[in-house]
Amino acid sequence: MEFETIIGLEVHAQMLTDTKIFCNCSTKFGGAPNSHTCPVCLGMPGVLPVLNKKVVEYAMMMALATNCTINPSNSFARKNYFYPDLPKGYQISQYAYPLAEHGYVWIDMDGKQKKIGITRIHMEEDAGKLIHDENNPFSYVDLNRTGVPLIEIVGEPDIRSPEEAAEYLKRLHEILVYLEICDGNMEEGSFRCDANVSIRPVGQKEFGTRTELKNMNSFRNVQRALEYEVKRQQYLVENGESIIQETRLWDDAQGATNSMRSKEEAHDYRYFPDPDLVKVVVDEDWITQIRESLPELPVAKRERFIREYQIPAYDAGVLTADKALALYYEDVVRLCGKPKQASNWVMGDVLRFLNEGKRDIRQCPISARSLADMINLIEEGTISGKMAKDIVEDMYHTGKPPQDIIREKGLVQITDEGELTETIKAIIDAHPVQLADYRGGREKLFGFFVGQVMKATQGKANPQLVNNLLKKMLAP
Amino acid sequence: MELHQLTIHELQKLIQNGEVSSTQITRSVFSRIDEVEERIHSYIRLMKDEALAAAARADEDIKNGNIRPLTGIPVALKDIVCTKGITTTCGSNILHNFVPPYDATVVEKLSAAGAVFVGKANMDEFAMGSSTETSFFGPTRNPWDLERIPGGSSGGSATAVAADECIASIGSDTGGSIRQPAALCGVVGLKPTYGRVSRFGLIAFASSLDQIGPFTKDVEDCAIMMNVLAGYDPRESTSVKMEVPDYRQFISRDISGWKVGIPKEYFVEGIDPEVSAAINGAIDTVKKCGGQCIDISLPHTQYSVAVYYIIAPAEASSNLARYDGVKYGFRASGERDLMEMYRKTRMEGFGEEVKRRIMIGTYALSAGYYDAYYGKASQVRALIRRDFDEAFRECDIILTPTTPTPAFKIGEKTDDPLQMYLSDIFTISTNLAGIPGISVPCGFTAAGLPIGVQFLAGHFEEGKLLQIASAFEKNAAIEKRRPSL
Repeated sequence: MEFETIIGLEVHAQMLTDTKIFCNCSTKFGGAPNSHTCPVCLGMPGVLPVLNKKVVEYAMMMALATNCTINPSNSFARKNYFYPDLPKGYQISQYAYPLAEHGYVWIDMDGKQKKIGITRIHMEEDAGKLIHDENNPFSYVDLNRTGVPLIEIVGEPDIRSPEEAAEYLKRLHEILVYLEICDGNMEEGSFRCDANVSIRPVGQKEFGTRTELKNMNSFRNVQRALEYEVKRQQYLVENGESIIQETRLWDDAQGATNSMRSKEEAHDYRYFPDPDLVKVVVDEDWITQIRESLPELPVAKRERFIREYQIPAYDAGVLTADKALALYYEDVVRLCGKPKQASNWVMGDVLRFLNEGKRDIRQCPISARSLADMINLIEEGTISGKMAKDIVEDMYHTGKPPQDIIREKGLVQITDEGELTETIKAIIDAHPVQLADYRGGREKLFGFFVGQVMKATQGKANPQLVNNLLKKMLAP
Repeated sequence: MELHQLTIHELQKLIQNGEVSSTQITRSVFSRIDEVEERIHSYIRLMKDEALAAAARADEDIKNGNIRPLTGIPVALKDIVCTKGITTTCGSNILHNFVPPYDATVVEKLSAAGAVFVGKANMDEFAMGSSTETSFFGPTRNPWDLERIPGGSSGGSATAVAADECIASIGSDTGGSIRQPAALCGVVGLKPTYGRVSRFGLIAFASSLDQIGPFTKDVEDCAIMMNVLAGYDPRESTSVKMEVPDYRQFISRDISGWKVGIPKEYFVEGIDPEVSAAINGAIDTVKKCGGQCIDISLPHTQYSVAVYYIIAPAEASSNLARYDGVKYGFRASGERDLMEMYRKTRMEGFGEEVKRRIMIGTYALSAGYYDAYYGKASQVRALIRRDFDEAFRECDIILTPTTPTPAFKIGEKTDDPLQMYLSDIFTISTNLAGIPGISVPCGFTAAGLPIGVQFLAGHFEEGKLLQIASAFEKNAAIEKRRPSL
């Protein structure tokens, strides 16, 4: 039987505000347990939440960047459940009236564009963390994360394969990081993803029974978990067994998903409007103001790079995947005026060094100015492309500008016609047989002479000049 | 007259004239407490050392000419408002050892105004009750008849004022918890408009209904207290940014020509005949003051108790979820796992009435029941509010009885929650609509039990309430009595 996979993702992204969503505590990661807490985020009796306006603005940025409609009046609700990391016994979230709805993003699958719908984006508070002591029969509660602002991005079940899911996640991640509203760190949990998966025979209209997957803390794991789960479901159906609606946890080491709780064990969250908070009223002016403040988004940047710099779509994709990289590239182009060469050097050597060193473009020792200078030195003929390969490596390791390296190592290209003429004359004199053959019609021997010149000059001779001089001097 | 028998405004004159010190007043109050507290049980905790220290500071201020609105005045706080460093129990075992690291906004304001805190007053557990019988710390008795309840939930705050165990006090009112005990104890009690007085630091029962207000010996004192309590608080999202008038300006003003609405739905069978007679007397007094009494209708009144007993427990079920034994307060011992810790802590930590309301509220919010209960109740609540909006187009003030009966006997209704719930029948709609209401003494039964009349006004019209209450107080021919203790 042929099956079709149906996937919908729920993404939680921590907002990069300085303070928490309902109090003035710091949102910084790390910090001694419970050091970033106050009576409000500790859920002490009688305290009240006050909404951090910055959270609304950040959430609006994401909503607009993903083509959502912002609800002019949205509100908070309480999601009730007991857990020690949830000090109030309820999470303040949005339910019936979310901030934004009906959005979408485009994903690129082998050059084909596909639209993935976004059901809604809403704001909520994060919970704390439990730390289990291996040696003692009790657990610790750290509430530093309690009240850190989150947005939840609920996707439509438009995704048809684990690859599409990974692609969609990367797009959301890219946008959030571009907007500088989320640091996108999956290991630290500031970007998290749950997935709803089902399969159905091709042609069937109704969705199959879905399972919800949790605990996937990297793009790769999301894809692996989905691949595993799709296979598991197919196996069950093909063997006449039924799929149980349940929540399953991805086990990275095991490479499998395991049942966490069934539908029957699912919580009844008893959502109701939070009486401690008033409606969030968003007027047109506010929306316009946020829209105008949005930076250029990845898709737009990619298209502009292709158009403005005449570089291939693939290059534009690589260069815009990271906002800082795009910025670096544009700086290099601005300083040297050679987009294609700049793209080759950035995507080639620079990214290779960074990958090898597991570094970020922000930590790149080669400044945009240095790289632009190097490209200019090649164009001017001061160094050859071949010499540049060595120079750029030195630049990466020392952080020095190319001029310094060239000077220190005496790498300047020989462009002095007199000096080269002398060298070539000596070589021609030393190879009378080859000279005769060349003049006799064996033109291939031209390369032999170039090689000899390069050898004599240790590769420093300007290749163009060598060519010109040789042509002249070898002529009968 | 003893100092503890005087009002705020009387004491202020004496203080200003240098005739008495705050220390003298405070000592007088504590000697009265020594005399009667054992019989009444107004307080869960007395703060004698703190009070005398505060009184000494007040006397310094007085000497330096720094006299603020409540300088040196002994005030009692319902044990539902958080006091920094002072155990705040909310009348519950589950918070019997809870010491807040912060003051409620009203506590800060009262402190800043120079008040001296006498102690934390007894109350129904988590303000759930109409008799102060559900307190974990035992019931409070009505000073007018020690066999009877003082009303609730702010029973201790009412009796402390009625029995002169303080000069004024703070209560909270979710469905009548200030006005009902004020009526049953013969004192003045005001529930402000929702959003007028900050709820920050008020331990939540039902967040959309809770409001803090004062108990005082007369209407002028009520205005003085409101001047201190009212105002916007950036720490509360539902607090309203609106200018606060000087409420004292409304005292002793004329109300002639005012239209006073008498809602027919509040004068139905079940009202005690002596209450009924006293209210008719109150209507006559209002007419004597120049008020024009007109018949009005609040057609959705009959649903208010039902609506209240869905919305309040629903909110409470969520508000009280934080008492789980994890962070503070009571934790049951001997638990084997997390679920058992939760179950035992909440089973042993909460009393019967609190557990009953948590269950009702949890049920009302459950999947499949939400629309029929909470959803429907919210819709009817909007209609109740609309009733008042429409009524206030016809009249300035609404006059009703505060309670259907005078104080009942201790234990009389504890086994019949529905009968208990009905004792708030005339006060509940006010909270559902968010409007202000005041209860003022309007007479006594033959047995000597106080009766209260309730005035209601539109949102943020506390000034009007004080104006009519003050006019009523001056013109009503009610003999001055004190409970014989």
